[in-house]
Amino acid sequence: MKKYTYTEKKDTRSGFGAGLAELGRTNPNVVALCADLIGSLKMNEFIDENPERFFQIGIAEANMMGIAAGLTIGGKIPFTGTFANFSTGRVYDQIRQSIAYSNKNVKICASHAGLTLGEDGATHQILEDIGLMKMLPGMVVINTCDYNQTKAATIAIADYKGPVYLRFGRPSVPVFTPEDQVFEIGKAINLTNGSDVTIVATGHLVWEALKASEILLERGISAEVINIHTIKPLDKNSILKSVKKTGCLVSAEEHNHLGGLGESISRILSLEHPTPQEFVATNDTFGESGTPAQLMEKYGLNADSIVKKVEKVLKRKK
Amino acid sequence: MLELQELTTQVRRDILRMVHKVNSGHPGGSLGCAEFLVVLYNKIMDRKDCFEMNGHGEDLFFLSNGHISPVFYSVLARAGYFDVNELNTFRLLNSRLQGHPTTHEGLPGIRIASGSLGQGLSVAIGAAEAKKLNNDSKVIYSLHGDGELQEGQNWEAIMYASAKNIDNIIATIDLNGKQIDGATDDVLPMGSIKNKFESFGWIVVEINNGNNIQDIINGMEKAKSLTNNKKPVCVLLKTMMGNGVDFMMHTHAWHGKAPNDDQLKSALAQNPETVGDY
Repeated sequence: MKKYTYTEKKDTRSGFGAGLAELGRTNPNVVALCADLIGSLKMNEFIDENPERFFQIGIAEANMMGIAAGLTIGGKIPFTGTFANFSTGRVYDQIRQSIAYSNKNVKICASHAGLTLGEDGATHQILEDIGLMKMLPGMVVINTCDYNQTKAATIAIADYKGPVYLRFGRPSVPVFTPEDQVFEIGKAINLTNGSDVTIVATGHLVWEALKASEILLERGISAEVINIHTIKPLDKNSILKSVKKTGCLVSAEEHNHLGGLGESISRILSLEHPTPQEFVATNDTFGESGTPAQLMEKYGLNADSIVKKVEKVLKRKK
Repeated sequence: MLELQELTTQVRRDILRMVHKVNSGHPGGSLGCAEFLVVLYNKIMDRKDCFEMNGHGEDLFFLSNGHISPVFYSVLARAGYFDVNELNTFRLLNSRLQGHPTTHEGLPGIRIASGSLGQGLSVAIGAAEAKKLNNDSKVIYSLHGDGELQEGQNWEAIMYASAKNIDNIIATIDLNGKQIDGATDDVLPMGSIKNKFESFGWIVVEINNGNNIQDIINGMEKAKSLTNNKKPVCVLLKTMMGNGVDFMMHTHAWHGKAPNDDQLKSALAQNPETVGDY
């Protein structure tokens, strides 16, 4: 089994900032908007280098989404930046009408997604945003797993024409994907080959899935870990190919099981290849204050939880 | 002038026939804004005949109160963006003329979906910012209902536009004083809209008879002359909901109600055919 290591930890939001800065140098149509969270979104480099292409909107997310939609009409490619909570639920109707239904080329870039925002608690954590965004017709939904992947995704979505929701987070997490990767929207990445169980993970749970696969290997269980960075459109062929080999699947995400990646996978499995599945996700609950590690443990979103769900799903396998 | 008046009468007929055919739609606000949109598209805006979404090098218009789609569709068709006979498909299944305007069906002349209220000014500001980035000196026009100003997003946008010196935008408020549940002063009194815009740093131009073609021309020419002055421009357009049809005026009853056969006959008789029915 391929073993993954890392030499440093970085936050995925910094990957967004680096990708945006690079776009600022390479694509004159890229513009950025922020609702009073420049530092949190790591947008400083882009702003320093392209002040005329940056719009500080103030604490007015609804206005930000509308202005972004308007900017596309003049040929611009707007990247909006704020927390995931304020990028989705707060402005759902603005995104729905002015961006998704109007098919505007807006990139909604959302940091501090999920529980790992930490101490600010449930008002700022969001565990429903993937569901909200994937339900919008035409919306691409991406959740990246480390610094390099977030940077690559940020650069890639500028070349895609249409609305995109890009979700990333706050804490420093292992950097384990290659620096020079090409990010293909809608294309899953097979991280390990395995024969007993398929683990499909997105976002911060991808590293946890890799850790889980090593624990499982010690117990003689061979896990195939797939990184789904694009939740919509979902790479169903990669998932089906794997479960036809392994016969069971665990999905893992930092999100409510209602509306998340796991649900999208269940639909594919039930339609095309019914397979036992277990979910590593939050159980229809809000979060709370705490450190990211404490929260991920309490809400069952770490490698240990994945291992437990794998043992459970293996028992259901015929 | 005579031409614009005749075109307005024809647009009124279009509105009435469109909503009557499908027994739904919003004739009241549409009739109230007929003169304004006819003047805007045929006298004020510097626009290209051929529709391109990006609108480079031309003035653009955004309708925020999308429910007055009948007047918008009629004026667009009569301006040549699509065949006037397509007005016959208003609100029908598989039509490009949806109940509220949308880009989704690819209807030429429409650049954003609207209907859920309060979003159009932000979009118009974004388009104005893009024009500035593109060194495009043309102007952005927008239209909003007065009741629509109860939506908070407007005030985010109003605050932003003056703070950021968006001076290539002319936002018009249709002051007909009415909304679905009654008079705006009864539903949620907003005080002086003029004072509000001025205190937010906008230049305000008032058109006291928003159903008089010459007054509209004068007011909009004045508004245009006030652009490029570091401040956004607001036009307060006082209109009569249901204008041109006696039984639809002086009431909010026709905000979202279609005339029956007899009422249509009476309404059309008050607005004889001019440039030709679709």
